Amino acid sequence: MELNELLEIGEKERTRQKEIRVHCCTSTGCLAANSGDVKKNMDKAVKDGGLGDRVEVVGVGCMGFCGKGPLVQVDPEETLYEEVTPEKAASIIEAIGGKDNGGTPVKGDVRHPFFARQMRVVRENTGKIDPERIEEYIAVGGYQSLYHVIHEMSPNEVVDEISKSGLRGRGGGGFPTGLKWATVAKMPGDQKYVICNGDEGDPGAFMDRSVLESDPHLVLEGMAIAAYAVGANHGFIYVRAEYPLAIARLEKAIKQAKKYGILGSQIFDSPFDFKIDIRIGAGAFVCGEETALIQSIEGGRGNPVPRPPYPAQSGLWGAPTLINNVESLANIAAIIKRGAEWYAGIGTENSKGTKIFALTGKIENNGLIEVPMGITLREIVEEMGGGVSGGGTVKAIQTGGPSGGCIPASMLDTPVDYDSLTKVGSMMGSGGMVVMDQDTSMVEVARFYMEFCREESCGKCIPCRAGTVQLYDLLTKILNKQATQADLEKMENLCNMVKDTSLCGLGMTAPNPVLSTLRYFKEEYEALLQENPLLAARR
Amino acid sequence: METATVETKAKKSQNDKNSHPSSDKRFKQLDITMKRSQYRQDALIEVLHKAQEVFGYLEDDVMTYVARGLKLPLSRVYGVATFYHLFSLKPGGEHTCVVCMGTACYVKGGGQVVEDVEKQLSIKAGETTPDGKVSLMVARCIGACGIAPAVVFDGNVAGKQSSEMVVAKVKGWQEG
Repeated sequence: MELNELLEIGEKERTRQKEIRVHCCTSTGCLAANSGDVKKNMDKAVKDGGLGDRVEVVGVGCMGFCGKGPLVQVDPEETLYEEVTPEKAASIIEAIGGKDNGGTPVKGDVRHPFFARQMRVVRENTGKIDPERIEEYIAVGGYQSLYHVIHEMSPNEVVDEISKSGLRGRGGGGFPTGLKWATVAKMPGDQKYVICNGDEGDPGAFMDRSVLESDPHLVLEGMAIAAYAVGANHGFIYVRAEYPLAIARLEKAIKQAKKYGILGSQIFDSPFDFKIDIRIGAGAFVCGEETALIQSIEGGRGNPVPRPPYPAQSGLWGAPTLINNVESLANIAAIIKRGAEWYAGIGTENSKGTKIFALTGKIENNGLIEVPMGITLREIVEEMGGGVSGGGTVKAIQTGGPSGGCIPASMLDTPVDYDSLTKVGSMMGSGGMVVMDQDTSMVEVARFYMEFCREESCGKCIPCRAGTVQLYDLLTKILNKQATQADLEKMENLCNMVKDTSLCGLGMTAPNPVLSTLRYFKEEYEALLQENPLLAARR
Repeated sequence: METATVETKAKKSQNDKNSHPSSDKRFKQLDITMKRSQYRQDALIEVLHKAQEVFGYLEDDVMTYVARGLKLPLSRVYGVATFYHLFSLKPGGEHTCVVCMGTACYVKGGGQVVEDVEKQLSIKAGETTPDGKVSLMVARCIGACGIAPAVVFDGNVAGKQSSEMVVAKVKGWQEG
């Protein structure tokens, strides 16, 4: 395909699109609340009202305000409707036709900080395009970055551009993406692989699911650009089995891209070949770890292996392999389009760009937000999130999932970036941000995460395999008011041992929630120790 | 003439080698999946996914069949089948209720939902009711955190579930 053909497809699609587009969210969250019937009823209302020449109802991806779904937005006027029921769906269309009898669903406020304070780089098109039609992606400029890269940049120039942008791994590790690409690119050999890590296992995180369901082509384009830059010809997307809609949309997207010759051999009439296959996970959190993921694609148990050698040097089937998170790859097309300097201008000194967060828990406004790095937790929780639901008070914000920590309310002015979060004993992680209120027991939260790690431990190394069990039992003993000061000390020592001696990231970070709650909420542990009847008896 | 007969005989025995002696048609679906991956050993997880889908769970016979098809030791197939949470070696119930225990769902009371359903069904999470009607399971996080607490009923995600709502639904299954 030539550039003018690509542009023609976009032009044709823009011409085809109706003047008024009613965007109806069809991601997992809204579908679970019946948005499928909402869309069906709106389609019927358009037909019944004879509005088919000006209005079209489009099933789109995640609009982000998940707590108030199903969401419908009428564009270009930007009227947002919340909690739309199938019964009220038709009234939205009637209102467009001029028959607003006041029966429309509750309107949302698109100027609220939840929306207005966001900076949508990765999520620029989610909620505006139909993820199941490649033409809509092309119409908003899709695949032009890939074309530009193949025909106007050398692989080294692409690697340089990504390095200059300052993009860091969005899966949680925060490793400089450009450096990873450079390492793989430098390796000799004809066979290299690109793997997209879609095994989003952190409980409370669904950013990657949203990107895969809402804008799958953005990820495919990012992978193709990465493959061109490092010299790979084969890519894999490893997706959790718990994300069936994402898998279906990816399969469709790959098929459509292949049909247009944007994936496969001789892409855009160049010598560059790249094909993508999907691999489905089977419910193992540890398979999000790079080396375990590779074992899984190779058909084995997901046991991590020691590094070095790093996957960049010897990965899938021994070949140099580039593994990047979904969100990391989703940033690539924008960086190529608008330049590394533009990207590096967003965020802070060491954390460039934007990050998508899944703001959930005891918060008024539940959902996905994409914000520039450096924004404070207070802004996110109080302004965008609208504070604690039910009028309570914030007790702690948990970031980083089972590898992260709890940040107390007193530290809400902490800026959100890789280094600041690590300094306060938590981490950026993949983007899960769970708000906890005054009714949450922090010791129970610590045990909740330890139970998770215990279940998900692959069992290979003793510190993790036995350590998580012992830590869970100690936390249970504390919660059952049977523990003593000696137990508390033993637990803290064990945490440090597991952290220092585990083979992989799962074990190394499993003690983090315990350590962070000990740091900021020691009084809750002490209070439980005080309630030990044996202690009272001795007094 | 003679050559044709020999060829046909050879082909017939080849077909027999690939099919299951019970001539259970479901094994044919496994054959298709294995063939589509060119019988590669690293296709094991895909094949097990298909087996779980077709048979409902991975019984010994099925695992042996897969091992033979991919030329893997049964121990390897068993090792992979038991490593991943999604694969079940025991038959499930007629209906499955999966309660999400991700952080957001937990913070919003998912733990209480599990307790209440366990009480209603008189089984613990991970088990099936004695009459085989309902299986109760706990998922680590299904990624529907915006509509927490989330519960999956027979593969369909339902959000903002209270204990009452979930207990009512499984009660309906028990009586239905």
